[in-house]
Amino acid sequence: MTDLKFEDCLARLEQIVSALEAGNLPLEESLKVFEEGITLARHCSRYLDDAERRIEILVKDESGGATSKPFVFEAEDEA
Amino acid sequence: MTERAVLTVSQLSQQLMAVMEERFPAVWIEGEISNFKVYGSGHAYFTLKDEGAQLRCVLFRNRARRIRFEPKDGLHVMGFGAVEVYAQRGEYQLVVELLEPKGVGALQLAFEQLKERLQAEGLFSPARKRPLPRFPRKIGIVTSPSGAALRDMLRVIGRRFGEIHIVVAPARVQGDGAAGEVAQGIRELNALGGVDVIIVGRGGGSLEDLWAFNDEMLARTIAASKIPVISAVGHEVDFTIADFVADVRAATPSNAAELVVKEKRAVVETLGDLAGRLRRGMARALAGHRDRLERTRARRVLTDPARPLRDLDRRLDDARARLRQAGLAALGRAERRAALAGRGLRALNPVAQTLNSRRALTDLRGRLERGVHRRLDHARHGLGGGAGRLDSLSPLAVLSRGYSLTRTPEGHIVRSWREISIGDAVRVLLHEGSLDCRVDATREHDDRPQV
Repeated sequence: MTDLKFEDCLARLEQIVSALEAGNLPLEESLKVFEEGITLARHCSRYLDDAERRIEILVKDESGGATSKPFVFEAEDEA
Repeated sequence: MTERAVLTVSQLSQQLMAVMEERFPAVWIEGEISNFKVYGSGHAYFTLKDEGAQLRCVLFRNRARRIRFEPKDGLHVMGFGAVEVYAQRGEYQLVVELLEPKGVGALQLAFEQLKERLQAEGLFSPARKRPLPRFPRKIGIVTSPSGAALRDMLRVIGRRFGEIHIVVAPARVQGDGAAGEVAQGIRELNALGGVDVIIVGRGGGSLEDLWAFNDEMLARTIAASKIPVISAVGHEVDFTIADFVADVRAATPSNAAELVVKEKRAVVETLGDLAGRLRRGMARALAGHRDRLERTRARRVLTDPARPLRDLDRRLDDARARLRQAGLAALGRAERRAALAGRGLRALNPVAQTLNSRRALTDLRGRLERGVHRRLDHARHGLGGGAGRLDSLSPLAVLSRGYSLTRTPEGHIVRSWREISIGDAVRVLLHEGSLDCRVDATREHDDRPQV
């Protein structure tokens, strides 16, 4: 579940809501998708709450590969 | 007689060479290219011509590399160079240093030519364009780490949805080698993993400033990127090859940032709205199912399972009572008439009337009997009809739904636990067959569904 991208979660949630609103699911199925929907909604909220701002810049390491380190502006040539 | 001045071919060539090369060391020539041909050596040979004359031209490899457009037949150009005599072949030619398209600038022409070629290859096809992720977790940006473009993008992203992971691939965005660095940045972000979308960009500038983004190799790198690429080069009016080949073209770097990063508020609202609809949808679904359950429960068969059997019993009793009533009534009438007849008989002359009386009596008795029979037939018929209807509601039909009848050995239907003592034998009539049982417990309360 946590591996799902936010976008996929939201898309699945939208799908579930539409299915539930259409009102022709059997009770068992309704309960099942409702539970899934609640989990998805919680996951999405957590994603929004947990997201953190991170800015990195790619740098070359000794072996020629790229790694990243936190980015700060080199020169503030604008106010 | 003067001596003829005779020159050898070489001498003449030498003199022509001296005159021409001294006279035309650097000259601009205008004409149309024809017979353009590049040899394996990298040198190119062609002819410049106009209506009246032609001039052989050579473009050496080291000069050809500096020409940004593709010289080809039919192009009207201006060439700059030196006239040289090629004595061995008795020809003279222009050694071209510079070549510029006439009318449009070289860059413009090169741009048009590359655009035309890549378009023909289908690199700009709408079918190749990939949709942008709606909620990227990680955004890659290829640009100058000190440029205003990056600053603009970070500002927009911070304002809309601050908490996002951004990886900057530093690259020079103008000058020699810039195209290579930008392409390298795109490849590195592809290799890094987890990047959902790449923005390639720089602020506006002159055609020359933006030139790196008209590079063919860069265009092919963008096309080959596994991650969707947004180009954000210059300002709105400037189009580059990168713009055409990218999945999305943003007018400016800020605009690119707005395209990939949603307003957090809008996202939170969308989510809240969905969660609300989810709950209401479920509540509605539950109410609907509960409603169906209630309607089903309210049906008589469930509220009073014994009802059909009771109805049958009552109808049977009714029929019996009506039968007895009919019989008794008929007999009573017959008795009264017999008595009347007896009185009448006695009142008449016994001798004269005996025969008639006897006949009348016989007749009366016959009518009496027929009357009784008719009443009995009628009653029987009523009973038959009742039995017919009874059949349609037969206990067996009820039994087939899983009910059973419990009877005592005497055949009484057991309706209450009070009628039975522990140890009594009962016969349970099932839809198929019956069970002889012995009661080992009785209970006043049971676990039937309480309605």
